[in-house]
Amino acid sequence: MHSASLPCELTVQSELGGRAYPVLPNPPDKRGLRSSTPQPSPAPIFGESKQAEPPHLDRIQQQNTKSAKRAPPTASNMAHVATGKPVGGSKEQSGGGLRYPTSGKTIYHRPLNRSKTSELSQASFAYLFSEMISYAQKRVTGIQDLEKRLNLQGHPIGLKLLDLLLIREPARTQARPLNIIALLHFIKINIWQHLFGRQADRLEKSSNPDTPDEYMIIDNEPLVNAYVSVPREMSQLNCAAFVAGIIEGVCDGAAFPARVTAHSVGGKEEGEMWPGKTVFLVKFQPEVLEREALIGKG
Amino acid sequence: MSYYFAIIGTQDNPLFEYEFGTSKQGGDGQPRFSEQARHLNQFILHSSLDIVEEVQWTSNQLYLKAIDKFFNNYISCFLTAGNTKFLLLHQPTGGGAAAGPGGNSSNTRSSTSIGANPTSAATEEAVKNFMGEVYENYVKATMSPFYKVNMEIRSLVFRARVAAAGRKYL
Repeated sequence: MHSASLPCELTVQSELGGRAYPVLPNPPDKRGLRSSTPQPSPAPIFGESKQAEPPHLDRIQQQNTKSAKRAPPTASNMAHVATGKPVGGSKEQSGGGLRYPTSGKTIYHRPLNRSKTSELSQASFAYLFSEMISYAQKRVTGIQDLEKRLNLQGHPIGLKLLDLLLIREPARTQARPLNIIALLHFIKINIWQHLFGRQADRLEKSSNPDTPDEYMIIDNEPLVNAYVSVPREMSQLNCAAFVAGIIEGVCDGAAFPARVTAHSVGGKEEGEMWPGKTVFLVKFQPEVLEREALIGKG
Repeated sequence: MSYYFAIIGTQDNPLFEYEFGTSKQGGDGQPRFSEQARHLNQFILHSSLDIVEEVQWTSNQLYLKAIDKFFNNYISCFLTAGNTKFLLLHQPTGGGAAAGPGGNSSNTRSSTSIGANPTSAATEEAVKNFMGEVYENYVKATMSPFYKVNMEIRSLVFRARVAAAGRKYL
């Protein structure tokens, strides 16, 4: 009987006491619970507690033992929590400023290589990614706009990945990419390996003499598109625009400003081997090529 | 020997600065810049950004060594992959005058020490190690989901880590 309400009580308690951070605005929920103790005295339901005075602990316990089954656990049991040891942090709050985790460990105490080989469930990523797409899809005017937003979501990831993956390299081979080829190799090998667990399939330079600033990174089967089926009327859309944003972030961060877009090239004919084949078109700004020519000379 | 360390973002915007003194040879870790020099330091450091931009395309190393000199001030530069610059200005104080009472015995050695000769291989190595440690902490700072590139680094933990690296190597 009583145990029926117990789990709830426990979760509330652990919720309050066992937070990683002494999150400060705890008074709202705590106070809210405490002040709610007197009012929702289950008088109308049970008919036995007529008074609305602040609950006495032993009376609550009596109540619980008598009519615990339907007793709303939040009302009565919270009294234990509220009178229990104060949830840490109210002191720090009055001082304002920085908050530290109760363990004293900050992001600076974590080794950078710990999660080097750990992997993430693809299902949870797919779920998150679908939410990201529907978030980006709100109030967009067209497919280009939607791709632009996905691109923007990826951009900061690329900027940060650049430094993270470089510092994870062995110290002897740590080198900043100085030319386009070195940068694209870094993307094809290191970035892809980190994000998708394999290298990109091909790297190509545009054979069109009018566009020497265009390079292509080709992925036969982009991981992010694994569970994405694009409706027919939006066939222009390729959700790997998110990955294109990551690539763009890497290029921008390394001082090779570029525009990167994702294009589906597969699915044109029946029985194709890679219907989801995607080309990431990297178009560098003119100043990058100019500098490239100068460095090549020097 | 006094040091002035600054992190400069990709838009030439300062993200972090820290002044300290040597802890080697009995130094107490306090900077010995005059009040006037402290203002000047920022100018000297930022003026070397032009040289950084020239040097950065000639070497693919992260640590670019001592790149600039202004009278008695030497500037070492470390460039991250994301084009954030770590600049360290070091100002040797002549003849170990800043060394504390315990530093007298080491005066004979100080000509080869880190403090006295900013361009020696030993100094370069020490600065490189210092920069490497700061780089690691900088990357950790950027890993925070609330940190965006080119934001000022306000973390006190970060500052303490830089100070510790300074004590350890310089």
